[in-house]
Amino acid sequence: MSFTRRKKMLGAVAGTAIFALTLAACSSDDGDTTDEATGGATAEATDEAEGSGDPVSLTLATFNTPGFSNSENDADYQYDLIEEYMELNPNVTITYDRKAESGDARENFFTKLGPGGLADVEMVEVDWMPEVMQYSDLLADLSDPEVEGRWVDYVEAGATDADGRLIGYGTDTGPQGVCYRADLFEAAGLPSSPDEVATLLDGDWDNFFAVGDDYVDGSGGSAFFDSASGIWQGMTNQLDVAYEDPESGELIVLDNEAVKANYDQLMAASETQSSHFGQWTEDWFAGLSNGAYATMLCPPWMLGVIEGNATDTTDWNLANVYPNGGGNWGGSWLTVPANGENVEAATAFANWLTAPEQQAKAFANAGTYPSQVAAYDDPAVTGAVNAYFNDAPIGEIFAERAQAVVPSPYKGEYYFQVNDAINNALTRVEDGTDDPAASWDKAVADIESIG
Amino acid sequence: MATTELETSRADSVWRQRLSRWDVKASPYLYIAPFFIVFALFGLFPIIYTAVISLMDWDTIRNSGEYIGFGNFEYVLNDRKFWVSLRNTFSIFILSSIPQIVIATFVAAMLDHHLKARTFWRMGVLVPYVMMPVAVALIFSQLYADSYGLVNHWLGMIGIDPIQWHKDVIPSHVAIASMVNFRWIGYNTLILLAAMQAIPRELYEAAALDGAGKSRRFFSVTLPQIRPTAIFVIITSTIGGLQIFDEPRMFDSAGNGGADQQWLTITMYMYNTGWGELNFGRASAIAWLLFLIILVFGLLNFWLTRKFISSDKGGE
Repeated sequence: MSFTRRKKMLGAVAGTAIFALTLAACSSDDGDTTDEATGGATAEATDEAEGSGDPVSLTLATFNTPGFSNSENDADYQYDLIEEYMELNPNVTITYDRKAESGDARENFFTKLGPGGLADVEMVEVDWMPEVMQYSDLLADLSDPEVEGRWVDYVEAGATDADGRLIGYGTDTGPQGVCYRADLFEAAGLPSSPDEVATLLDGDWDNFFAVGDDYVDGSGGSAFFDSASGIWQGMTNQLDVAYEDPESGELIVLDNEAVKANYDQLMAASETQSSHFGQWTEDWFAGLSNGAYATMLCPPWMLGVIEGNATDTTDWNLANVYPNGGGNWGGSWLTVPANGENVEAATAFANWLTAPEQQAKAFANAGTYPSQVAAYDDPAVTGAVNAYFNDAPIGEIFAERAQAVVPSPYKGEYYFQVNDAINNALTRVEDGTDDPAASWDKAVADIESIG
Repeated sequence: MATTELETSRADSVWRQRLSRWDVKASPYLYIAPFFIVFALFGLFPIIYTAVISLMDWDTIRNSGEYIGFGNFEYVLNDRKFWVSLRNTFSIFILSSIPQIVIATFVAAMLDHHLKARTFWRMGVLVPYVMMPVAVALIFSQLYADSYGLVNHWLGMIGIDPIQWHKDVIPSHVAIASMVNFRWIGYNTLILLAAMQAIPRELYEAAALDGAGKSRRFFSVTLPQIRPTAIFVIITSTIGGLQIFDEPRMFDSAGNGGADQQWLTITMYMYNTGWGELNFGRASAIAWLLFLIILVFGLLNFWLTRKFISSDKGGE
């Protein structure tokens, strides 16, 4: 009982933060318009395979607002994908179960994964995908020549296990650009139009932090970015090997010089350049509108968070750039538990739902950015502009950002424990609890005790 | 013939007698059996199951494990986080329970007087208890924000430097304890008030005639008379206090007890080990350690309460 209460409270407390994460988690794949014909054909083919006469009931479990159906929070969507599928396949009845947030869904997923009782189609968020991959043998192999190449590489790679089985169909994804405050850039004597900022930040992290130094000097000591943790996820996800050895799964983080080098570089910069506000804290939300920091790494779902918490600010902009290449933050997959009763029908449904044209509709419904390559040519997606971000062509920008993302490093059993330990180390320094060296030592002690 | 009939009826009555004796003896047990059956299913079984799992390297998803003896206990007892969480739990417990019970007793004593609109005041103290925890958490998280929070704003107006509620250990405990107190003072007040109302008024009159003042009457009549209820309140708030979870969990959005484990409590540590790391063997070991701690501490409190609020003063 106290746990449910906690969850509800957490949901409310985290408020927009959770909402944002949810968006990220729930984003669904968009399809190309060119793919629509194929999508229709798929649905028909599915029908035939099902024998269209045998009634099948399927359950779909998601979280947050993936943009699938109007039953999500009584949403008033343009499209209802669930209804649409049932019309295309009269023999299929779908029960839709949506959890309020990703944490609830994760708990439910791992409670029922072994004994059974999961929905026929279960949505999984990128944050707990590495843990799910530990049990990939309990999920159906969804490999299908028809879907090969449907998603951008890192989305497909993220759901492919060591044996080459594809266990999830990507829905949405979170390619990042850089959000910045044009007024603050201008006041600090930096160029401020989106194109100029994209040119200015084009380069590696050294360049990013060098611009940060210029900003701090020009602004008289204001912070350049929001928090060290936010930057850390960006830097770490670009490493080839981060915390664990991809072959053996062993912890190598303490011998990995790249990780420590990132830590040192970030800590050196964050002393003056970070606002030291942890993400999703009250102060951080306040900073969105009061100019406590000038930039933030920005996946599509973050736009809604910024707009929702800084309604009166008119100076947020989105630059089509990302330090050192590309980076992804957030996203989800649809999986099919192998012990379900209707694995075949469930796979067909997940296939249809993650086809580019369906995900383009989900994007129109809930702003969940598609992970399907074909969607990035779809005018319904590429034509999207965001009025709050001074009419930034977000459809085009994020399509380019998605194509720049490299697959993230291997994330195994201990990924989150290590990542938590290092994030805590960063936060301790930002809070002033420890200096960078002492804080790293504590993280080392935490990491050494893992296992 | 007659003898056999007699014998039959005698045998009958012996049987009936036995049955009724058995009825008298066994029935009470039968009547309380449902509770114990339910308890065995939902209370005892999980306790034993937890004990078994705590000795294993348990994979809850594959429902299998490997016996590793006391390895989990050894790990937990050697983990810095366990001891830090123990410290935090006791610190928050002391900062919440003691003021809570003292204030609740005081407020109850006030409400025990002949006030105008008595029911209004009595219901009033219960309002925080019926408030949505979500709302409470939202309000307090805004109040205690480090840089732009209201509390620090007010402190600034009287020239006090901002307090780092989410960074320093004791301030974070004070903030969490204030949430707990806000919620539970009213509840405890009403329970103690009910006990005070049951005290015979003659005792007060007699004490007043003997020349006892207000405070003397409170300490020598009221307190000893509410002793059983006070023990109940103290024991339940001990159990609740040592299991504190919601408030520290909601104190920031991550719910991990702070970067330096400033406000990590034992239940949060257990939850994060179980659900965060999916290590249920180790989480079970923590659960058992917490169980033992609460047992010891509950007994200690029981003994202390009996000792300090003794009834001999009231036993005229």
